Amino acid sequence: MNIVVCVKQVPDTTDVRIDPKTNTLIREGVASILNPFDAYALEEAVQIKEKCGGKVTVITMGPPQAEAILRDAIAVGADEVILISDRAFAGADTLATSYTLSQAIKKIGNADLILCGKQAIDGDTAQVGPGIAAYLDIPQIAFVKKIREISAEKAVVERMVEDGYEVVESSFPVLMTVVKDINEPRLASLRGKMLAKKAEIPVWKAEDLNADASRIGLEGSPTWVDKIATPPPRSGGEIFQGEAAEIVEAFIKKLQADQLLQ
Amino acid sequence: MSAIKVIQEKCIGCGACVRACAYDAIEMQERLAVIDANKCTLCGACVEACPVDAIEIQRSKEAKVNRDEYKGVWVFAEQRNGEIQSVVFELLGEGKKLAQARNTELCAILIGNQVADQCKTLFQRGADKVYLVDHPKLASYVDEPYARILTKLIRENKPEIVLSGATNIGRALIPRSAVQLGTGLTADCTGLEIDPENGHLLQTRPAFGGNIMATIRCENYRPQMATVRHKVMDEAPVDESRTEGEIIKITVDEADLASRIKVLEYVKEEEETINLAEADIIVSGGRGLKNPENFEILKQLAKVLNGAVGASRAAVDAGWIGLSHQVGQTGKTVKPKIYFAAGISGAIQHLVGMSSSDVIIAINKNPDAPIFDVASYGLVGDLFEILPLLTKRLKEVLKR
Repeated sequence: MNIVVCVKQVPDTTDVRIDPKTNTLIREGVASILNPFDAYALEEAVQIKEKCGGKVTVITMGPPQAEAILRDAIAVGADEVILISDRAFAGADTLATSYTLSQAIKKIGNADLILCGKQAIDGDTAQVGPGIAAYLDIPQIAFVKKIREISAEKAVVERMVEDGYEVVESSFPVLMTVVKDINEPRLASLRGKMLAKKAEIPVWKAEDLNADASRIGLEGSPTWVDKIATPPPRSGGEIFQGEAAEIVEAFIKKLQADQLLQ
Repeated sequence: MSAIKVIQEKCIGCGACVRACAYDAIEMQERLAVIDANKCTLCGACVEACPVDAIEIQRSKEAKVNRDEYKGVWVFAEQRNGEIQSVVFELLGEGKKLAQARNTELCAILIGNQVADQCKTLFQRGADKVYLVDHPKLASYVDEPYARILTKLIRENKPEIVLSGATNIGRALIPRSAVQLGTGLTADCTGLEIDPENGHLLQTRPAFGGNIMATIRCENYRPQMATVRHKVMDEAPVDESRTEGEIIKITVDEADLASRIKVLEYVKEEEETINLAEADIIVSGGRGLKNPENFEILKQLAKVLNGAVGASRAAVDAGWIGLSHQVGQTGKTVKPKIYFAAGISGAIQHLVGMSSSDVIIAINKNPDAPIFDVASYGLVGDLFEILPLLTKRLKEVLKR
């Protein structure tokens, strides 16, 4: 089974602070990490390979520094990695990103299964996975929480819906986006870390992808961010302390006064 | 030549852009910002941060389609088991405002099996027209046929705006369709507005785990597509007198029904207390509950309030309760009217998922827990004493 995993390097959003002077995000010095949802996709790919055989190729589009997460991927079992990096890709929205990654997957060739995390924690769009599937014209299964069975012919998986889940069967090739329930990502082994350290990371540029210049980067992106606002921070409200019974009585009175009990 | 440039006459060398850059792509040289194009991803963070508008990203202002051909606001009327989802009524409410601002019509797209009787509901909620696609093979959502049909309808009829709920279905279907159409899509919007200056759609959404609100434009392409977060906008009121409208029945091509995916089974999760997105009140528990059995205390309170039960990542990771209950960064983002956080300390990963709730009530024995910083009401004490008492008293007060 040829598995391609699409990953993204994201700023650790829990580490982002607001600059009180400009009221914008301070991103400088914020740690860059592998998007947490992509770690589940990668782990699932490695588990499937261990069970069914095959190869795991991990790709990311990003600036040169994104190669760090590809090394992390090698450390936990990726066989091959590719950094898709070119100034021409800068400014890509989800449409241009989906196109660029789908061109890379075409170039890799013969992918049976493409795995993505359900969304990236910086943009939270969840659009790139289905977008890649659309460009490749292959089926997609979003929000997969369990792969029940997988063989050379078909996969049977559980995908989340709002009030439960659906059991879905697919042939290959197929693209799946996964949620965190699906597995517990492993830690890198010592051997994996050694391999990661020594690895040469191949870089593919726009010309390597045979990409249409009007569909990549800023030029290929219909959407753009016009304005960013920082919501005012919430401030703490009324505190109730004392014996449990006193707290509850005072609190219920307050709720009634504020007309929250209807 | 790069699309981003620093206007040297304006730059005051304050360094705000350097702090805003996540890619280490800007440095100060002789009190002027210099951008390294090889590191820059054109994310625009520096443009926002610059207090003197000295950084510019140059974009093409050229329309890629003839925008005048695109008219009408469309709402994808998501149905499940033949029932229109309540988010659709919110979209119709919001869509009406947009349609009025654009002086155009509001249409609903209804795809399903034997759902024709639902058209009336859509008219009562303000739709002027319903495109009805009715076929036994479309009873429940399947990605490929639904996307093909929606894409074709949009291509043929050219709406200027297409809205869908940011549900699991909407967030799978709409991106697929947007790629087929080659147009822009904004995910999980919490605000929509027509720019009074030029008539384009302004789409506001949270990003960076809710740390910022970004306004997105899609000016050069049509339609402008957006998925919209549930429970943020007001439902369109029911107008009983408005029972009829134009129904456009679409005949489906057999070829469009082909799917390489089969839905074998739908499993409804037992608990009624699970649907966090729908709930007006959520009662969540964390590590402070100590064991899975204690979630029963929360369930009791949730029951009295007709609320749903949520959980922090710590409780889910400990295996006390299922992932579908998890609120926060790797779980769900919620915005109920009232959010109870019991035994949840308030790690940032949790806060990003619930801090936009209307009212937050925290119960924690540690008075220094960060959850109290965002709580509208903070109850400092032992949740095992407070919660049962609170449940009992609420039962009396609410007569339930």
